[in-house]
Amino acid sequence: MAPPSIETTDLTKTFGSFTALESLSLSISGTKCVGFLGPNGAGKTTTLKLLTDMIFPTRGGCSINGYSVQTDRKKALADAGVLIETPEIYPSLTPNEALEMVADLRGVPPAERRPRIRTVLSEVKMLDWADQKVGRMSKGMKQRINIAAALVHDPAVLLLDEPSTGLDPRGMAEVRSIVRDLKKSQRLIFMSSHILSEVTDVCDEVALVNHGKLLFYDTLENVTSRFSDGHSSVDVSLARPLDGGVVPPSIAALPGVLSVNALDTKRLRIRFSGGAAGQEKLLETLVGLKIGVIGMADSESALEEVYLSQISRGD
Amino acid sequence: MTATVLSPETPRLHVPVSSEQVLKLTRYQLREYLRSRRFVALLAIVLAVGAILTAIVAHFRGGIVTTNLAFYGSLWGGGVAIPIVLSAVFFGGDAIAGEFQNKTGYFLMGLPVRRATVYVGKFIAAYLASAAMVLLFLAILLANGAYYFGSAALPWQLALSLLLSLLYLAAVLGATFLFSSLFKTSAYGFVLTAILFLFGFSLLQDVLVDLAKVEPWMIISYASSTIGGVFGSNINWGLFGVKTVSTMMVGRISVTTVSWTAGIGEGIVIMIAYLVITALAGLVLFEREEFN
Repeated sequence: MAPPSIETTDLTKTFGSFTALESLSLSISGTKCVGFLGPNGAGKTTTLKLLTDMIFPTRGGCSINGYSVQTDRKKALADAGVLIETPEIYPSLTPNEALEMVADLRGVPPAERRPRIRTVLSEVKMLDWADQKVGRMSKGMKQRINIAAALVHDPAVLLLDEPSTGLDPRGMAEVRSIVRDLKKSQRLIFMSSHILSEVTDVCDEVALVNHGKLLFYDTLENVTSRFSDGHSSVDVSLARPLDGGVVPPSIAALPGVLSVNALDTKRLRIRFSGGAAGQEKLLETLVGLKIGVIGMADSESALEEVYLSQISRGD
Repeated sequence: MTATVLSPETPRLHVPVSSEQVLKLTRYQLREYLRSRRFVALLAIVLAVGAILTAIVAHFRGGIVTTNLAFYGSLWGGGVAIPIVLSAVFFGGDAIAGEFQNKTGYFLMGLPVRRATVYVGKFIAAYLASAAMVLLFLAILLANGAYYFGSAALPWQLALSLLLSLLYLAAVLGATFLFSSLFKTSAYGFVLTAILFLFGFSLLQDVLVDLAKVEPWMIISYASSTIGGVFGSNINWGLFGVKTVSTMMVGRISVTTVSWTAGIGEGIVIMIAYLVITALAGLVLFEREEFN
């Protein structure tokens, strides 16, 4: 079985004199999560709408699983789950009925529908609301049902357009957790976002667009190392506050450490060189300093730095 | 990243063929209509219109209830346009525009369904919901007819008129879907359909007959006059209208008036033409409309 894939070739979309997307050529295949990053108006949603035939390309084309979206829409979308913007579901339907409709139109066999609907509603934590009218639900609840609708046929490809947009912090965390869980089942997830922490948290690869142009597409690791001169950043969590709130000079003096900043009294951001080996050494040394190190994670700021430098270069 | 050339693979799920999807969409859309407030509102309007007509018949009994042919000619032939136009407006006015305005289209368009499938499914659902209203109106009149005429046989003209009404309903819905596809705001579709079918076309027909002195064959209200026309004494079955010139004296002035009676065949052709042209034009617009 061929791996799931998304491909765009010279994909261009103009609205009058405004070019929303310019010659996007992107080939993604395999089971992974790709973050599609860019500021507002960069062309992310335009790309996703082109990939789902909601709008039509001015030039070029795109395909899903080898089928052209423009000429073979039904086959292209057959094994894809889609969430573009925040769709509204017919208000008189219940989540059960809405998902039944989606499953029915997608050709999920009748015997599999009920258990499948139950599974996806459970995944998005909406099982208790399965028989309530959608029209009475909050935006966050509707978005969860939309995610369930994108999953009901167990698709190989998932296209998600800023899935946590408009949700409260708890809702955002839950959606992020859902996407992270989805990664465990073998799928290709293509998710647009401008929330860098979200991308860092759940994505394996990132593509960055700005002003309708693709700036880069690579693994998260390569992107952060390529654009940060081989330097890395980690956030270190401490069990107890720093003495006097001051960063011990001994940390800044450690080999490979370029800078140390206190994010608050119990968290440090350390920029260092040496890649994974340097990070291992750094962790060992920090533990040895007995300052109460209880955790070390890649800094969310690494991608942010790349993002800002690339976006500002384009502006 | 390397570009991988992939050959298409048969999708895991068997997506139903478009005709199956049309039926499925019709079923879900019909369910949505039947549960909607607008269905209840329209039900109330049709019942109110029926009640008013019942009261009028009861009051002017001698004038209307002479024969069952005259009864149905007056009440059905003259009144059925109201439930037809109102239900077309209620169910078709936002059928397409609403998908853009309410963003429900984003839910449907992510599915492996052709736009034509969505359009046809919605059209059939709107037609069935509207036809239910027309049949409710008929049921009210039949109840009145049974009260006044007992077990007397129903005039065959009523069956023909019903068929013409159902064809007219399809034509009105075709136009409604066209307007709904033309605008991304539902209100425009509602207002335009209501104005055109309740007043606009009749006004235009009068202007063409009285001022331009031509047969208004291109106006659908002219074709719909056959719905009442079948109850007349001289039915024109043909494909061409019959011109009647009459002169009368108003004081010392001689006034000549011209009127046209549409042939049944002509009316059917005009209504089918309206249905096909407007429904197809609406579909073409929907196919080209982007979800921006």
